[in-house]
Amino acid sequence: MKKVITMREMMNNQGGVIKRVSAGGDMGRRIREMGLVPNTYIQIQGRAPLKDPVAIKIRDFILTLRNNEADHILVEVDVPE
Amino acid sequence: MRKITIALSGNPNSGKTTVFNAMTGARQHIANYPGVTVEKKYGRIKHQGYDIEVVDLPGTYSLTAYSLEEIVARDFLVNERPDVVVDIVDASNLDRNLYLAVQFKELGIPLIIALNMVDVAEARGIMVEQEILSTLLGTPVVPTVARSRKGISALLDKAIEVVLNGQEWRPAIISYGTDIDRGLNEIEDIIKGAGAYDKRYPPRWLALKCMEKDNQILELIRGYPEISSAVEAICSKTSKHIMDTLEEEPEGIIADHRYGHIAGITKRSVKRRIESRLNVSDRIDKVLTNRIIGPLVMLVILYGIYEFTFWVSEGPVHWLEVFFGWLKGMVSHTIPAGILYSLIVSGIIDGVGGILGFLPLIMFMFFAIAIMEDSGYMARVAYMLDRLLRWFGLHGNSVMALIVSGGIAGGCAVPGVMATRTLRDPKERIATLLVVPFMNCGAKLPVFAMLIAAFFAKNEARMMFIFTLLSWSFALFAAKIIRSTVLKGPKTPFVMELPPYRLPILKGLIIHTWERTWQFIKRAGTFILAMSILLWAMMTFPGLPEKQTRAYEAQRVGVRDAFLALPEVKTMIKDEKGLEDLDELVNSYRQSMKGKVTSTEMLEKNPLFPLVKSIFSETHALSSAYLLYKVELAQIDGHQNQAMLKGTIAGRVGQILERITFAVGFDYRTNIALIGGFAAKEVVVSTLGTAYSLEEVDPDQSRSLSEKLREDSQWNPLVAFTLILFTMLYVPCMATVISIKTESSWRWAGFSMAFNLIAAFLVCLAVYQVGSALGLGG
Repeated sequence: MKKVITMREMMNNQGGVIKRVSAGGDMGRRIREMGLVPNTYIQIQGRAPLKDPVAIKIRDFILTLRNNEADHILVEVDVPE
Repeated sequence: MRKITIALSGNPNSGKTTVFNAMTGARQHIANYPGVTVEKKYGRIKHQGYDIEVVDLPGTYSLTAYSLEEIVARDFLVNERPDVVVDIVDASNLDRNLYLAVQFKELGIPLIIALNMVDVAEARGIMVEQEILSTLLGTPVVPTVARSRKGISALLDKAIEVVLNGQEWRPAIISYGTDIDRGLNEIEDIIKGAGAYDKRYPPRWLALKCMEKDNQILELIRGYPEISSAVEAICSKTSKHIMDTLEEEPEGIIADHRYGHIAGITKRSVKRRIESRLNVSDRIDKVLTNRIIGPLVMLVILYGIYEFTFWVSEGPVHWLEVFFGWLKGMVSHTIPAGILYSLIVSGIIDGVGGILGFLPLIMFMFFAIAIMEDSGYMARVAYMLDRLLRWFGLHGNSVMALIVSGGIAGGCAVPGVMATRTLRDPKERIATLLVVPFMNCGAKLPVFAMLIAAFFAKNEARMMFIFTLLSWSFALFAAKIIRSTVLKGPKTPFVMELPPYRLPILKGLIIHTWERTWQFIKRAGTFILAMSILLWAMMTFPGLPEKQTRAYEAQRVGVRDAFLALPEVKTMIKDEKGLEDLDELVNSYRQSMKGKVTSTEMLEKNPLFPLVKSIFSETHALSSAYLLYKVELAQIDGHQNQAMLKGTIAGRVGQILERITFAVGFDYRTNIALIGGFAAKEVVVSTLGTAYSLEEVDPDQSRSLSEKLREDSQWNPLVAFTLILFTMLYVPCMATVISIKTESSWRWAGFSMAFNLIAAFLVCLAVYQVGSALGLGG
């Protein structure tokens, strides 16, 4: 079963496809130009010692973003039935 | 023959700097782009007989007006119109790297793609078919491995070829969906129809930037009132339509389409072997950014950097000390004692030498930072500490600056201030560089050591640890205050790349270290020199009245005469010249006693040697007489220096300030020392020494000063504690102030001085008054 959740809610090593980026302005621009655009596959790589920021694998590199930025990114993930 | 200008561009971490270094070697120059602190690096080379100027544009991910670097890069391209842009593209990370390349295509400037790190890509199972890529992009593609100089020559060949073909600017057109395309066409027609638009920019590109809500271009269009309202109307109409149908802003749709366009290109030009296992970099990260092991390893690495920089710079720092000592000796032999001598020795050599003495330390610290940056570890440190620093209004990247400045006691704020360059947001950057001077740099340590030895001798290590914690607390809370008042503003996004770990290239490290060190040397040779002379003048003039000087001289003559009158001396020494010879011989003999005993034979031939023999035999009466004579002379010198210092400009200012500083327990002598400390904090120790009429005080051997202060009734542990806090917090030394100015502006450098002085005073006022009320000042 597929389900859309925010990137903050994703678990370590979980993968998914970006469905929507709801941030606008400078933050939205920055997020998008780094390649976080719909239909892109991402995987959670890990989280910093204080659980924030989060590191993700996207395309061929590792990107970090803060949880409040990850909130703007909706990702479709597989959930067990 | 014409000159060719190549602009190097590319994402951060794409190997752009390595390509630049491979092309230009050591023939590099650095300037700032006009009006901003962004560095402009360029170099001139010859290739195939052509004069080529290579300009290294700042590394950017995009060409929007998002950051200063992007605006600078864009302005350079449209204003200077380089002959060709070489975009360095990381072959192992092609999609995101092509995002910038596509924007160059849209701008239309002649472009060459340097497909860099093809070896890394292939090792990861990524094969780029360069002919197909070249055809699809409509741009020459040259594969390179900049680390080993592969393809650099071919890249230059291609650049010359493109320039000789006389390529015009040819903006590419990318489709952004019917709605946006229609809007773009309409705006383009309006701009073209007006005729009076800014010809530096292609009309289609202007239209696109308007649609992307690019502030710089919207401002430009507003300068043409006849078209601006029509253009803005189309933008808002399109925006509204897109929001209604797709629930997205146009700039979001544009970015999505660009990546879609790129995906279409890479799908056909990139072949992938299926990559199953984690690559090396990911595996290293499993350890180095692990939630528990990561911070521990980080502490070890940061501490290791300290040990390393101190260990390697210890020798060179000592050599420099010896060198400046020798230089002073040379001056004393050639220039007679007097104002000129004092200016050269106390003003110039002590002032500039005192700061240049730190040069090896600063240099190795730059080297260590360069290793951290080039290896990719710096980004991990920022990632791990971002959450903590964000609370104080700083950024993960601020941590390096704080540590280098003395986060582990003993750094230097100059490289710390320069390390703030890694921060992109101006507010976070300025907040960071304003608080780094609070850290306990190496020059503050002698002051701490002297006062701790005097009043807290039993708890030396514990006190040092407390002061390290205090400096961190002050720096972080000051950041919090600054970020919620004068530099109020939103936290910037932490959308940051963790680049793959790479082994740094020695050549790159050396070039990087040298650049920054050279900047520091230049500063020491200009402004710091001028400030040193000014401070020297403040602590020298107006000097003692002639009458007093003569009185001290008379005292000295009296002491000498008394010694000369001793029966044993009288027979052998007639005048002052003879006394000088005796002093010299005593010194030489003492030196030789310390070292090889065999070399005394030469000295024994001296007719005065029997006297020396008596002086060194402890039982002889002459031994104590000689000692007394030397001590009395030193005391007179000390009293004279003390009286002189009190009468100088700095001394008078210190006395005036006493009216304010009594509230924190400082008398005029401490005030003078603190004024002197503006040159370099360790000067506080030597100036206090003079103010307490000690002979020359060596900051490293300040035991006698410690004893003197402990016995003085003005001093107690509370005053000492307050003075340590004041030294930690007050006005940064002039080298730091100049660095702050270079990294920001005079305004912020001035702010830093005022803010730190006020902060220091308020903190010390609270500590001293509360402490006194509690009876700690007894």
